[in-house]
Amino acid sequence: MTFEITPMETPSRPRPHLINMPAPNRENGPAPGQEAAAAKAEIKDLRFYYRDYEALKGINLALHDKRVTAFIGPSGCGKSTLLRVLNRIYQLYPGQRATGQVLVDGQDILDPRQDLNLLRARIGMVFQKPTPFPMSIYDNIAFGIRLYQRLGPRQLDERVEEALRRAALWDEVKDKLRESGLSLSGGQQQRLCIARAIAVKPEILLLDEPASALDPISTQRIEELISELKSDYCIAIVTHNMQQAARSSDYTAFMYLGQLVEFDTTETIFTHPKERQTEDYITGRFG
Amino acid sequence: MSSANLLLYGRRRAVNYIVLALSYAATVAGLLVLFLIMWSLLRNGLPAFGIDFFTQSTPPPNGEGGLLNAIYGSLVMTAVGTAIGTPVGILCGTFLAEFSRSSRLAMAVRFINDILLSAPSIVIGLFVYVVMVVPMGHFSGWAGSVALAILVVPVVVRTSENMLSLVPSGLREAAFALGAPQWKVVVLVVYRAAMQGMLTGVLLAVARIAGETAPLLFTAFNNQFWSANMDGPMGNLPYVIFQFALSPYAGWQQLAWGGALLITLAILTLNIFARLLANWSSFEK
Repeated sequence: MTFEITPMETPSRPRPHLINMPAPNRENGPAPGQEAAAAKAEIKDLRFYYRDYEALKGINLALHDKRVTAFIGPSGCGKSTLLRVLNRIYQLYPGQRATGQVLVDGQDILDPRQDLNLLRARIGMVFQKPTPFPMSIYDNIAFGIRLYQRLGPRQLDERVEEALRRAALWDEVKDKLRESGLSLSGGQQQRLCIARAIAVKPEILLLDEPASALDPISTQRIEELISELKSDYCIAIVTHNMQQAARSSDYTAFMYLGQLVEFDTTETIFTHPKERQTEDYITGRFG
Repeated sequence: MSSANLLLYGRRRAVNYIVLALSYAATVAGLLVLFLIMWSLLRNGLPAFGIDFFTQSTPPPNGEGGLLNAIYGSLVMTAVGTAIGTPVGILCGTFLAEFSRSSRLAMAVRFINDILLSAPSIVIGLFVYVVMVVPMGHFSGWAGSVALAILVVPVVVRTSENMLSLVPSGLREAAFALGAPQWKVVVLVVYRAAMQGMLTGVLLAVARIAGETAPLLFTAFNNQFWSANMDGPMGNLPYVIFQFALSPYAGWQQLAWGGALLITLAILTLNIFARLLANWSSFEK
């Protein structure tokens, strides 16, 4: 029994970028003249180790600016690990290390001299479980802004409002900005976390299964949010939900056992995958 | 069901009832002791409460007086001891939980802290006697406070480390992912999340030192007159209770009961407050 996921036929979600977009060239980045889809980050021969265990076995791919790249694959394939390399959050834990290169705007962020705090201010991350800080909704958003900017109270108010509006949360919380972030529902908390991440105006946004703990309606709102945010950010999203990858991404990377099996436009991956493994996975024959 | 199975079930049910009955009996016995203590304290101590009790200093034998000097001394030394011990304990707990979770140094600190936690308080009193009272040449409220602070430290180290460790690592990651330096992650996010538990630990430490006699024996000693001078011997409730309760004078014995009741009520209040604080977050939601 097989079923085909055909994202292109869902009329509810217009996907103008995809129609005329040529397939990205994996070796040389995007074709000339494709400024909108310029490579923001290039991953070259990335290997990752949990002590002696090699979790990523030489990954090569590029993340494009103003595009959404989805990472799919069975549990333990290394997609979350890959995301955690991009802001070097893995370095909080001893025994985890990465080799290879991750060039963001041409600069290798794996360089030991790279300042981690500055890197993470440029590369935002949203986690699987909502992680509101134990402080007010307002302070949750202002936390990141205050780290790197001295703003007057009015400017700060504006930035907080802007972030909450972009995360489609403003209307729900505008009258209770002083209440605890923990008082929100799960879906609202996750949008709060997205607002918090975009409030610091990062260049790349990493989403690690941002909707996996949410109900379908909250999930839909997060997906709408992703397609809106795409116009400003380079977004990488890890998801277990293939419909979600099909709906909300421009490029899809299929990973298996620490290796990148196939990377192409989402349309190609979901309609004419080149690899047998990819086809088996997206059609549900294994996973 | 066969008769053998029924027999087995019957036995199991009987054992269940017996054990349940024993559990109830143990609970009642434990509560009864507590109740008897409270009751005898109230019966014997309450009559001592009066204006004089709170406004007069300790009297000579067969004289009229109260416990003002001892109450004041206990309050001040407990407060100073807590003020010295809490920051040290919280900083050490933070080091163990946030900065050096599994290093050799952390293991050693944890081990030594556990020893300190179970060290007899009289040993700590003797230690402070040797390092403070002897060089200074006299007993003092400062020495008493330091001895109490040494009792506070291990309790606060342990509770704050435990409470900080309970903060989910996802919260730390989220703060780090915004580009926050580690000290800001700890101070602005992790402390906030662990605040109630840490405060509860401090309150329990205060409750513990408020009733300690042994560390004060060789340090603050006692002072039967009113004295707010931390540099000299200071009155304190536990010592006065000890001294007056063993005396043959009815007036002193009466005051000892009153002091015992007062100190018990204070510790009870602190414990209830600590419990409320610990449950506060669940009430809030």
